[in-house]
Amino acid sequence: MLDADDSYVTADGRTIGSVMMEMKHITLRFDGVVAIKDISFDIREGEIRAIIGPNGAGKSSMLNVISGFYHPQEGEVWFRGARRPSMKPFQVAQQGIARTFQNIALFEGMSVLDNVMTGRLTQMKTGLLAQAIWWGCAEKEEFENREIVERIIDFLEIQAIRKTPVGRLPYGLKKRVELARALAAEPKLLLLDEPMAGMNVEEKEDMSRFILDVNDEFGTTIALIEHDMGVVMDLSDRVVVMDYGKKIGDGTPDDVRNNQAVLDAYLGVAHD
Amino acid sequence: MPDQFLYAIEVTLNGLMAGVLYALVALGFVLIFKASGIFNYAQGVMALFAALTLVGIMDGQVPFSHLINAVFGTDIHHFGWHVPAVLAIILTMVFMVGFAWLVNHFVLRHLVNQEPIILFMSTIGLAYFLEGFGDIMWGSDIKKLDVGLPQGGSFWLEENTAWLGGDGFYGFFIDKLDMVATVIAALLVIALVIFSQYTKQGRALRAVADDHQAALSVGISLNFIWVLVWSVAGFVALVAGIMWGAKSGVQFSLSLIALKALPVLMLGGFTSIPGAIVGGLIIGVGEKLFEFTLGGMMGGATENWFAYVLALVFLVFRPQGLFGEKIIERV
Repeated sequence: MLDADDSYVTADGRTIGSVMMEMKHITLRFDGVVAIKDISFDIREGEIRAIIGPNGAGKSSMLNVISGFYHPQEGEVWFRGARRPSMKPFQVAQQGIARTFQNIALFEGMSVLDNVMTGRLTQMKTGLLAQAIWWGCAEKEEFENREIVERIIDFLEIQAIRKTPVGRLPYGLKKRVELARALAAEPKLLLLDEPMAGMNVEEKEDMSRFILDVNDEFGTTIALIEHDMGVVMDLSDRVVVMDYGKKIGDGTPDDVRNNQAVLDAYLGVAHD
Repeated sequence: MPDQFLYAIEVTLNGLMAGVLYALVALGFVLIFKASGIFNYAQGVMALFAALTLVGIMDGQVPFSHLINAVFGTDIHHFGWHVPAVLAIILTMVFMVGFAWLVNHFVLRHLVNQEPIILFMSTIGLAYFLEGFGDIMWGSDIKKLDVGLPQGGSFWLEENTAWLGGDGFYGFFIDKLDMVATVIAALLVIALVIFSQYTKQGRALRAVADDHQAALSVGISLNFIWVLVWSVAGFVALVAGIMWGAKSGVQFSLSLIALKALPVLMLGGFTSIPGAIVGGLIIGVGEKLFEFTLGGMMGGATENWFAYVLALVFLVFRPQGLFGEKIIERV
């Protein structure tokens, strides 16, 4: 077993660092319905961590706990060596945790560029009054952030639709814009809620490539939820398996694949 | 040119100026509706309250003087100083920001995720509370507001346009205050557009208007944005209050101008800033021209109802307004 501070190098040469986020005995209830039951797991610096499980297993709830949209009744969330107090989603975002949504939450009326620029809000420091008094300062900041955003737009190959209002884009591209917006925040931890849901094979391959590239080039730690088992096994370094709100498996894709509880609950029935 | 035609032009010009004031009030509605989906019934009362506060500060009026005098048996009404208009406007603005914070802290924050009708009801409550509060704080008598804006008809314009018509035509009569109001409203709209398109807070504001959940996920505090947008609406209310107050005195009927903003919004669409402006102008010109041409036949005073009838016609043929977003539900 690895210690929390240990690091190791993966087969493909990436360094996985110490524990960045740790969920300790999380329990989440909605009016008596238990969505998450006493789950603990950790996310290490630089890794791609997947949370999988059948429908209604509590995966999205778990992601919502991490991003501050839900507040667990029991358990602790530790982030970068400190216990995180109960936080609102916008405070979590300001801590450096960006996310995407299962059903895509973009600003439909705004252009792709503007959408991605909103991802920079946590990084822009000039205040309202300062902007009014000294326009130059705000202009400079806007310009610098614009450059970073343009790089991300290039990286995700969405240059051609920069000025298009998001509402007009097809589903697959919207997913990519949402990823771009999350990346624009230069997050320490990136949460992806079913990044490939509803995509065709080609779009899935593109998205997998982008996720791997993001992790590889920016060293971004990624936690993702996914339905598609094949994709998850290829992408992730470690996998948490949930079923009916409980954790039934945790380890490398190979470990999980050979775990009998997981096979029973999920693989054996849901897949060939 | 026939005099009748020139009169029609004059009526149109005056209608445009009146429309600017309608547009100013409508603008306040649109700002809050866009950002939070709340139809703020209190917008008109906010204009009244801002104007009352401005006059009160300028004249050095003692707030709650009636109450104080009744309780302590004193007889104080004024501090005895006069505050310059610019300083008083700044102080009033600070006051309106404080008001925005209070509204958010004590009302809106507790109503997150409630039905729109509940939020609407809360603003009705707010409107009546504010009207009564304004009465207690500053008294209910009609006050003169003079912040140094030019008043009366423009002789220059009259003299220089008199040649256009025959002997019976004395040139266009247009109130100088209306012209100033137009310029200020135009500047205000430009400033708002720059703010919302080119500043970080403006972008955050548009983001919140678009999708609350997504806005939270990129680190925007909804509370901050709501205080901000109510402050901006307070500022717009202050400008509208100054214009109406300078024109016809600060009186409690000022809060009724909010009702005239309703047809403006139906015309322009509830979510469009340009819509509020264009809607205001159409109503302003429409009601003046209608009165001028057909008013006599209908027994006059058509200005009281024309705007509403026009809005009704629009509702039938274009329910989303001129610039509003078309609502298409997927089945």
